[in-house]
Amino acid sequence: MDFVQNFPFFSILLSLGSGVLTSVMNKRAARIWNTFVLTAVSAMSAALFVYMLRVKEPFTFMMGHFPAPWGNEIRAGILEAGMALFFSIIMILSIKGGERHIDSEVEESKVNLFYIMINLLLSSLLALIYTNDLFTAYVFVEINTISACGLIMITQHGRAIEAAMRYMIMSSLGSGLLLMGLCILYDITGHLLMSNIKEKVALVYAQGTYNVPLVASIGMICVGLAIKSALYPFHTWLPDAYGYSTVSSAAILSSLVSKGYIFLLIKIFYRVVGFDIIVDSRIMNIFFVFGLAGMIMGSVNAILENDIRRMVAFSSVAQIGYIYMGFGLGTAFGMVAAVFHILSHASTKSRLFMASAGLSDVSGKSKRFEDLTGSGYRNPIAGIAFMAGACSMVGIPLFSGFISKLLFAQAAVQNSILKLLPALLCLAVSTVLNAIYFMRTVIRIYTPIDAGTVGRKNLKMALGMDIRICPVYTVVLLLMMRLNMLLGCCSQPIVNWIESGLGMFG
Amino acid sequence: MGGNLLANYGEAVAMLLFGIGFSNLLLQKKLIKKIIGLNIMDTATYLFLAEKGYIAGRAAPIIADNVTSADAYINPVPGGLVLTGIVVSVSTTALMLSLTVRLYRRYHTLDMDEISTMLKKDEI
Repeated sequence: MDFVQNFPFFSILLSLGSGVLTSVMNKRAARIWNTFVLTAVSAMSAALFVYMLRVKEPFTFMMGHFPAPWGNEIRAGILEAGMALFFSIIMILSIKGGERHIDSEVEESKVNLFYIMINLLLSSLLALIYTNDLFTAYVFVEINTISACGLIMITQHGRAIEAAMRYMIMSSLGSGLLLMGLCILYDITGHLLMSNIKEKVALVYAQGTYNVPLVASIGMICVGLAIKSALYPFHTWLPDAYGYSTVSSAAILSSLVSKGYIFLLIKIFYRVVGFDIIVDSRIMNIFFVFGLAGMIMGSVNAILENDIRRMVAFSSVAQIGYIYMGFGLGTAFGMVAAVFHILSHASTKSRLFMASAGLSDVSGKSKRFEDLTGSGYRNPIAGIAFMAGACSMVGIPLFSGFISKLLFAQAAVQNSILKLLPALLCLAVSTVLNAIYFMRTVIRIYTPIDAGTVGRKNLKMALGMDIRICPVYTVVLLLMMRLNMLLGCCSQPIVNWIESGLGMFG
Repeated sequence: MGGNLLANYGEAVAMLLFGIGFSNLLLQKKLIKKIIGLNIMDTATYLFLAEKGYIAGRAAPIIADNVTSADAYINPVPGGLVLTGIVVSVSTTALMLSLTVRLYRRYHTLDMDEISTMLKKDEI
């Protein structure tokens, strides 16, 4: 066994252990340690990714001393390694970019709690990516939920606490369904390891003896994870949670937490139930309908919003809808498009949150559109980042959003007319709606303030603000833009990578 | 159908309880009732697992009287799953209760809808 194969285990253990260790550290030490952990995890994931590119063969790693059907396992393929790398990079950028906000919005004595949550969140994300055991996945889903809840309420804002409560309620519903689904699946198959379950499920499905419980358990698992990742009708907690938490939390929650659940769902599709059976069970059609509804309704709600952070949050609802629509197409290419959109959305949304925080900083901490007028001139880098993010979300070529829309359209064309037509139609409508609210915001932030029309109070507020721009923040935004352009310009290798990764799942 | 239901009455009860807990968690307005619903839901899952893991006529999986044959004992895995599940459910409940305390101290009510209306009023 190569030494690199230990890295998934090391990175999970390192982040989980530092969650405990951080609790006895002060703010400064916690911050430095957290940066170290994130860098180490990214380096290990990168090494693993390079190794996987060379070996082209997934491996399983035995946890403890019990062999396959009894013991616990970690499994890594090229998609897992790449996702771990991507997630940890986004996490570093989100935390570094929002550091100043963490200082000003979180109580001094509670900052190390923030880093505990970040470490636990990282470990649970890594475990969700790498685990080969369904029950372990459930446990880490819960750890993920609890740490995400901590991240939401760390600002102690009344609405953030309320949002955290709503988040916990919806998440508990989701985990209840997930757990029940897993238990039924365990009863039918007698296994908890994904590869063993898959063999048994194929057998049981061919015999046709337990089809009703099997479909019921698949349904429960899918609905449970859909609730947790805020698919359209279950999104009520999302705008407040993203709108009133500190900006790093919002960026991490929208780009990583919900994506972790979606990645687990993809793993369940391919590694637990088998893609053919999932498609045959017609659960995909339900995802398709709700995905389309989310694409439209999320954008409509975003248009009605008068608060920039909540608007970006509602746009997340629409983007989650895109991902589920990709699942709903029920083809292998649709899945590739959905995975690409996970990357594209994560790299764009975290930057939009960062940029909108920067814009409201120079507008008297206000998030309302009236006050944001002209803020693009006051904080140029945030303005440019917001504009680039908006272009990516709308789907302008060169940015990653264009490629994901293109992939979705290509996947839709491969489908029968029943799905082709609604998918293309909703893509078009949703793009127009996206353009309406994002371009409105861009125009708003680049409208110069005219002393005559705006009034002296606003002008004074605008000029009297703290417009020092933190160099770390600038670098973070530039890196995020770079990452996004990379996804948009070099899409073919990435699509190939996703395809080969999903192939390794099977 | 009817015969199966009677033979598996334990699982049927578990599912019923799961439904009761689920709808309580989703529909109740008062936070404490929601949390009670969450606990009913989780416990129903444990009942289901315990019911499924039990094999009539076998003993609990603890070696007694030097009998080491696997046929003498029931499957220990569901028991392990239940224990893990209990730990998870305890921590989730604790977190939700602490959030409830926070909200009650701030808004002096346990009604989720009332809290939302208060928050909306604050905004305007």
